[in-house]
Amino acid sequence: MDIKQLKNKYPEGINFLLTGVGGQGTILASNVLADLGMALGFDVKKAEIHGMSQRGGNVISYIRWGEHVYSPIITKGEADIILAFEKLEALRSIEQISPDGMILINDYAIVPVTVSSGLSVYPDDENIQESLQKFTSNTYWVKGQDIAEEIGYPKASNVVLLGALTALLAIDPKEVLKVIAARISQKYISFNEQAFDSGYKTIQKRPD
Amino acid sequence: MKRILSGNEAVARGAWEAGCSVASGYPGTPSTEIMETFARYPNAYAEWATNEKVGLDVSIGAAYAGKRAISTMKHVGLNVAADALFYVAMTGVEAGLVIVSADDPSMHSSQNEQDNRQFAKFSRIPCLDPADSQEARDFTIAAFDLSEQFDTPVLLRMTTRVCHTSSPVEVTEQQQQIPEKGKYPRNPAKYVMIPANARRRHPVIEERVSELSRFAENFPYNRIEYRSKDLGIITGGVAYQYAREVFPNASILKLGMVYPLPVEMIRTFSESVEKVIVLEELDPFIEDQVRLMGIELYKPAKPINSDYAHTKSIFPIPGELNSAIVRHAAYLAGLINVDIKQEQINLNVPLPARPPTLCPGCPHRSSFYVLSKLKVPVNGDIGCYTLGVAPPLSTIDTCGCMGAGIGVAHGAAVAGDQERHVAVIGDSTFFHTGISALINVAYNRSNVITIIMDNRVTGMTGHQENPGTGFTLQNQATIELDIEKLVLACGIEKVLTVEAFQVDVIEKTLKQWMKEDGPAVLITREECALLPSARKRYLPLQVTDQCNGCTVCFRIGCPAILKSEELDPKYHRPLAIIDQELCTGCEICAQVCPRDAILFRDQVIALTKSEVG
Ligand SMILES: Cc1ncc(C[n+]2csc(CCOP(=O)(O)OP(=O)(O)O)c2C)c(N)n1
Ligand code: SF4
Ligand code: SF4
Ligand code: SF4
Repeated sequence: MDIKQLKNKYPEGINFLLTGVGGQGTILASNVLADLGMALGFDVKKAEIHGMSQRGGNVISYIRWGEHVYSPIITKGEADIILAFEKLEALRSIEQISPDGMILINDYAIVPVTVSSGLSVYPDDENIQESLQKFTSNTYWVKGQDIAEEIGYPKASNVVLLGALTALLAIDPKEVLKVIAARISQKYISFNEQAFDSGYKTIQKRPD
Repeated sequence: MKRILSGNEAVARGAWEAGCSVASGYPGTPSTEIMETFARYPNAYAEWATNEKVGLDVSIGAAYAGKRAISTMKHVGLNVAADALFYVAMTGVEAGLVIVSADDPSMHSSQNEQDNRQFAKFSRIPCLDPADSQEARDFTIAAFDLSEQFDTPVLLRMTTRVCHTSSPVEVTEQQQQIPEKGKYPRNPAKYVMIPANARRRHPVIEERVSELSRFAENFPYNRIEYRSKDLGIITGGVAYQYAREVFPNASILKLGMVYPLPVEMIRTFSESVEKVIVLEELDPFIEDQVRLMGIELYKPAKPINSDYAHTKSIFPIPGELNSAIVRHAAYLAGLINVDIKQEQINLNVPLPARPPTLCPGCPHRSSFYVLSKLKVPVNGDIGCYTLGVAPPLSTIDTCGCMGAGIGVAHGAAVAGDQERHVAVIGDSTFFHTGISALINVAYNRSNVITIIMDNRVTGMTGHQENPGTGFTLQNQATIELDIEKLVLACGIEKVLTVEAFQVDVIEKTLKQWMKEDGPAVLITREECALLPSARKRYLPLQVTDQCNGCTVCFRIGCPAILKSEELDPKYHRPLAIIDQELCTGCEICAQVCPRDAILFRDQVIALTKSEVG
């Protein structure tokens, strides 16, 4: 798909919602999407709430691409594409998805204290899948964490998902890699390229 | 050239381009990155002040001395700096002075919600309210010019969404050259606010507001966008974005300067449209003023807020707006025909919350564990340690604003409360406003026990340097304030500094002090677990088969301690396990385990050696 096709498919622009847990690289991924949007010639807004600095809280960011973007906030039913770096957070964000929206989920759980201390239970996979189905059939599970760990760079699950997203949107992977390279330190480029490629291939290999 | 900048980065950029050379502020979400960005520019001096009032005084001092200066803070910071705001509104300045207040509608990370546009009206200074990053940069530059043109400080009012949203910004690579001023002004009639001088200044600043209001008529950042004349919207700040989104065909009067207002412009606009409404976040700040001009605003058939105390007619006062909220309110007011979709698919799955908690290895945890055992009332303060309120530690009983805890504890003591009060406060908060409260405790001899939790950094706001850390904002080596000596000098005789991870020492000391009379201060010292130097020492601990699931270690609330699936054969309670990715090896759990079932660092090292060997 070239940019024209992308714009035809999303005439109103694209709203991305990224969600994860502190330390998962949600912010890096959202910076990449914002830069990419600019590089593709869109007007762009990227909104984050920097909460408190402790580890372990939920991190959400909104990226909007469009002809002209006004509101920085994506409200209920407005997220065209959700990138969820953690399963529970995927579920928490799903009400935001647009009617035929797409969600990419990192098949990975980070257990919150409320669960480990016995106050609540972490929903099981079946439950999560069923609930997501109610909102959209466009769900893509990616073994982002496993892939990142295999590569030997466990922090790169965010980039694995960016690879998968690139394949799904049929954007030129070189364009995306260029943007990623500009955002990370030279040392980690090869890890990130591998992560990106693996993510890209998980989608390519899928039977339609 | 266009680059993508957050609102905060854009303010820093604008300040630099405007030739601002001095910045002093105090960290606070959502304002912090303005200073952090500005500090990296060449030819710029930037510092973390001890608190916002000091920061503003410093910037005023620089502006008196003829240098363009900026002072940044979160909304509540301006409460602290208000005394300075009011005198500089009276004196005016020699070179441009911009005061940045970053408001936090919806309180994403704040203790209260307040609309600081009110401060501009209260102190009679102009207020600019940007709607995106481009305006954040442009308005900052305009604010410096306004400040000099009208001899007034200018309030640049930001909000969380503008601060933390990034969008493309056109910048220039040039920094304005501000001509060197000659000598320091010796002009007591203007700068010495004794009553006789102040009385002469007051009419001057009232006249200044009138002039500004006339100037606002042609201020380029106040503009009218005519579209359909059915509906006209007066708006400012980020609310403009929601106006464009929800009412794409409406005419808009976009106010870049929200105080003072351009009366004629508003009147002309209102007369040229069928209905006129005001769309703004938080207080009816513009709305009330427009009504006072005698302009008839659109009235919903069914009034939404009709009582005298609430003059905001259509949109809610509390919380930040978004297009859904605006759409729904507009629908209720009869302005649009289609409401937001209300039907909801039921999730049917309870979602476990993911609240912020003290990190694994947080040095604050030990004191809270001991306090929860002692069951004393704890008057807290603002910082990471406020999280001591969360279960299972559940130890903080009050928390209002920075520096309040010690005073509130003292108040209970002098009121004769039966229980012994403990105040807890962080290092940065102690330097901010805690010191004066502690001097009050010493001076007025109350029984308050204060714990200063010295984690060697300003943690909550993202790890800024402070007077205790040995470095400045621009990374220069400096003094490391000695808290113990300072406390002694305040007149507190009973002071002890301990390593924060020594649970037994903290417990023994506090128990002893509870039996004795008089004020006391315990300083618990240990680096925040997220600092790079602390990260180097991470060493995850292990649970042995001695564990019988007694639950004691679960009560310290460490996210790295998990209940395993495995049950103790005798009591059928889940055994403890330690998450090897999260654990830092702080040993608090190992110390509290009654069965010595958690290996200490030395034991873990010995074990790994023997396994390897
Ligand atoms: C008047 C005011 N200024 C700034 C803030 C933002 N703020 C909240 S906590 C905090 C600092 C906390 O640092 P410290 O006392 O060292 O505790 P730590 O978070 O490191 O535990 C700041 C600056 C505020 N709430 N109020
Ligand atoms: S950031 Fe530091 S001080 Fe704050 S909770 Fe984490 S370890 Fe504790
Ligand atoms: S405190 Fe010790 S014995 Fe009790 S559950 Fe924890 S590890 Fe097991
Ligand atoms: S040593 Fe214990 S208390 Fe400290 S981080 Fe590890 S599990 Fe948590």
